[in-house]
Amino acid sequence: MATQQELQVQQKREVERKQESTIPARVFQPVADIFETDHALTVIMEMPGVDKSNVDVSVENDILTVEGRVNFSNYEGLQPLYTEYNVGHYVRSFQLSSKIEQESISAQLTDGVMTLVLPKAEKAKPRRISVA
Amino acid sequence: MLTSYGDPFETLFALQRALEARLSSDWVGASTAGMGSYPPINIFQKGDDFVAVIELPGVGKNDLQIEAKENTLRIAGKKIVAYEENASVHRRERVWGNFDRTFSLPIQINPDGIRAEYRDGVLSLLIPRAEREKPRTIKIS
Repeated sequence: MATQQELQVQQKREVERKQESTIPARVFQPVADIFETDHALTVIMEMPGVDKSNVDVSVENDILTVEGRVNFSNYEGLQPLYTEYNVGHYVRSFQLSSKIEQESISAQLTDGVMTLVLPKAEKAKPRRISVA
Repeated sequence: MLTSYGDPFETLFALQRALEARLSSDWVGASTAGMGSYPPINIFQKGDDFVAVIELPGVGKNDLQIEAKENTLRIAGKKIVAYEENASVHRRERVWGNFDRTFSLPIQINPDGIRAEYRDGVLSLLIPRAEREKPRTIKIS
């Protein structure tokens, strides 16, 4: 893959909810890449500042939700002088199809990047049909 | 000013409000690579010293290069986004590529005393103020 392009700053997108939140905190939607192979669907999300112990991955009513909380105690005693981005927790949900084996979803978090592997159910895997 | 509250929510709001208030402050001035360059930087004051917090998710420690000279800092490196072979991409929102950002602080710093830490995709630089910059108490004789 080409790596020669120049990186652009991405503005963080705030989560838009159907219901209004009762607390005025900003929650951001992590950027995501999704790709599919024969065996699985992989979702990669960027959540800088989120530690492994502060992340929740849940599946409820076929909706996969990933929540990452930033540890604000690192900012204690710091007074901002110049800022270019805001910090906040991250939330993002995806609708799962029945083709996903929900019990075997695995998650990994390294360097602020969350990788979710959603294995496809046996019936959803492509089959090669030989011509007799 | 960030104060420590017992309520973690209050700490969060205070921080977010403070960050918002400082958004596009001209403290760094119109330097060579001002706003809008990658990676985005937040600069804080911590006592006499400064802390620069830079979000670089997915950038390996070995792909990151940090240089300091006088009051100028350079952060360069590359961010790689790789997909598995034969994968069909459904959604592509992450950005990748090379970055090289130089910024100058409007104060004298001690470039030899800078400490860098990379954790969970966030780079923190502890930048000590130069000894000669520190305020001195002047006694009236």
